[in-house]
Amino acid sequence: MLGAETTPAGGAAGRVTVLEPVSGWPRLELSELWHYRDLLYILAWRDVKVRYKQAALGIAWTVLQPLLLMALFTVVFTRIAHFTLSIDAPYAVFAFTGLLPWLVFANIVPASANSIVSSSALVSKVYFPRLTIPLGSVLARTPDFLISAVLLLVVMGAYGYTPRVGTVLLPLLMVAAMLAAASLGIWFSALNVAYRDVQYVVPFLIQAWMFLTPVAYPTSLVPSKLLWVLALNPMTWVIDVARWALLGASLDGWVTLGSFGTMCFLFVTGVYYFRRVQNFFADVI
Amino acid sequence: MSSEPAIVAEGLGKRYRLGEAASFRYRTLREELANSFRRRRGLAEEGEEFWALRDISFEVAEGETVGIIGRNGAGKTTLLKILARITPPTAGRAVTRGRVGSLLEVGTGFHLELTGRENIMLSGAIMGMRRAEVLQRFDEIVEFSGLEQFLDTPVKRYSSGMYMRLAFSVAAHLDPDILLVDEVLAVGDADFQKRCLERMSDLSNVGRTVLFVSHSMPTVVRFCPRVVLLDRGGVVADGPSAGVVGTYLSSGLGTTAERTWSTPAGAPGDDVVRLRAVRVLDGDGEAVQEVDVRRRVGVEIEYELLQARPNLRPFANLHFFNDQGTCLFVSADHVNREWWESPRQEGVVRATCWLPPNLLAEGRVTVTAAVSSYNPTVVHAREDDAVAFMAVDRSDGDGARGAHSHDLPGVVRPLLEWSVATAEPRVPAGGAVRP
Repeated sequence: MLGAETTPAGGAAGRVTVLEPVSGWPRLELSELWHYRDLLYILAWRDVKVRYKQAALGIAWTVLQPLLLMALFTVVFTRIAHFTLSIDAPYAVFAFTGLLPWLVFANIVPASANSIVSSSALVSKVYFPRLTIPLGSVLARTPDFLISAVLLLVVMGAYGYTPRVGTVLLPLLMVAAMLAAASLGIWFSALNVAYRDVQYVVPFLIQAWMFLTPVAYPTSLVPSKLLWVLALNPMTWVIDVARWALLGASLDGWVTLGSFGTMCFLFVTGVYYFRRVQNFFADVI
Repeated sequence: MSSEPAIVAEGLGKRYRLGEAASFRYRTLREELANSFRRRRGLAEEGEEFWALRDISFEVAEGETVGIIGRNGAGKTTLLKILARITPPTAGRAVTRGRVGSLLEVGTGFHLELTGRENIMLSGAIMGMRRAEVLQRFDEIVEFSGLEQFLDTPVKRYSSGMYMRLAFSVAAHLDPDILLVDEVLAVGDADFQKRCLERMSDLSNVGRTVLFVSHSMPTVVRFCPRVVLLDRGGVVADGPSAGVVGTYLSSGLGTTAERTWSTPAGAPGDDVVRLRAVRVLDGDGEAVQEVDVRRRVGVEIEYELLQARPNLRPFANLHFFNDQGTCLFVSADHVNREWWESPRQEGVVRATCWLPPNLLAEGRVTVTAAVSSYNPTVVHAREDDAVAFMAVDRSDGDGARGAHSHDLPGVVRPLLEWSVATAEPRVPAGGAVRP
């Protein structure tokens, strides 16, 4: 059981908390997490405030990063290497549609991987559901993709591409990207407490990961023998569905389903692993 | 009203593996791989185990204020950390009834980049309160802290005293049913400390339960009717405060004649001063446990001054207590005018207070060491019961005792000057004395 359980009890005494040694399978206690939703919001707000205060470029960087990558991809894949898209959209718009959810993911994962360790002052001195820390760091990226969603519309306009009806799904797709990021972020944040070199591995991992994700290329160009790699990637489905909704690209059902399943698996196991080790954060941090 | 106790601990224990907890703290994947390889070859040494707490059982009734005392490393903080759910016990079980608020170390849970206002909201949320509940108490918190003008300043610009005030105000006003307080009164000005203690007794008067860890025996005796004494992770005594404090002070569990801190991080102090050592010295400058009351004795306080600013003149001060917890006297190095008026420079400062021969009564003397400054009054570093020594009276007609061989009352035993003469000799009966 979890190290401590809180049950509502009647009367003035309020909550009864039982503190016991940790053993067996952890309980998820999602109701407790819900009770602490204000904390989630404040932690996210703290991250946003600190980030925009410290980075000199601030919001400018949020705008520049996807634009620069889009330009780079466009030069590399239409001038140097060349492949034909099966859909009727400029390559830049195609690339940007992939970059948008990808950058949400690529920015969130390292940030939440470090989140517990960088909150050591809190963790070692006061109790609250620890999951709020990595989840807060995920939520803290909300302004980023609001900005880049607007940017996507600008890019579409610049290339004379008329947005399709599916564009209204954009907010949902961003939530999907955040879920995919959270599925890994939760894993890494807990691992990073026990093994401090995780924080050096993650940035490299994310760099390599981009090549295994259909960001610059469409899934349809991947040889069928290698499609399982994309199916085991929790980001594939987000990007493929984004291109399906926004650009009318075709969707490979099995790859999408496999990728979605991988994400769910990582998310659930991540939360369980996190719950299992969270009681010892204060001892090792 | 519930008649069930607010806190029940049954056989609580907490074990740390020394390898992990102390020297390595955390591992890296690389080390883990190397270790698993070594383990397979049977080369790994088993980490030494250390029980920070062992078989702790006690109950605290609702509305009770209980002091927890014991020397450093006795397990006081570990106990509070378990009750506050920061770390799980390794053995046994504890039950707390009601919302638990904890103040373990100064400024628990503040974020430096956030303003005072935002930090109040953050602390409330950490305690599991909804925004509206925090807002209800917001004004009260601000008023108690006296920091109205600084509410929208990031707390990183706060002085350590201001930080402390906000932290205590938040913890004490967010309406916990159980308040766990660990040594928070070691920093901050005297006036605020007084208000903190008053607030704590107010809380207990309205039925809140308070667990209070302190090294200051007079404070413990004054505010806690009941005291639990811990030593080496176990409960040694539990009962009315005067008796338990007496046991603690007379048992020698408390303190030794020399205290040193090997790393600045673990030493008492703030960003201006860090203590390095406190020692009891004999006349030759050697550290001693036992002092003859006929000889002079020195108490040396060694600290590192981390910041030298023109108007900042930290001064060392020592508070001497007997084993009844009575303060015998206080002395500060600003009586040395030359030092007081000279500008400070960064580095290690060593201040020694010399007690003249024939001042102390026999018995155990405990010394609280602090470094403070005025304008504003700030206690930079303070270690309660930093050192202690036995004052022994072996005088043989040459001390204050003189020829008296029985118990001699009094908290001090100065050798005072007596002017004595027969002022008016009685005239013997039967005739005048002729010149």
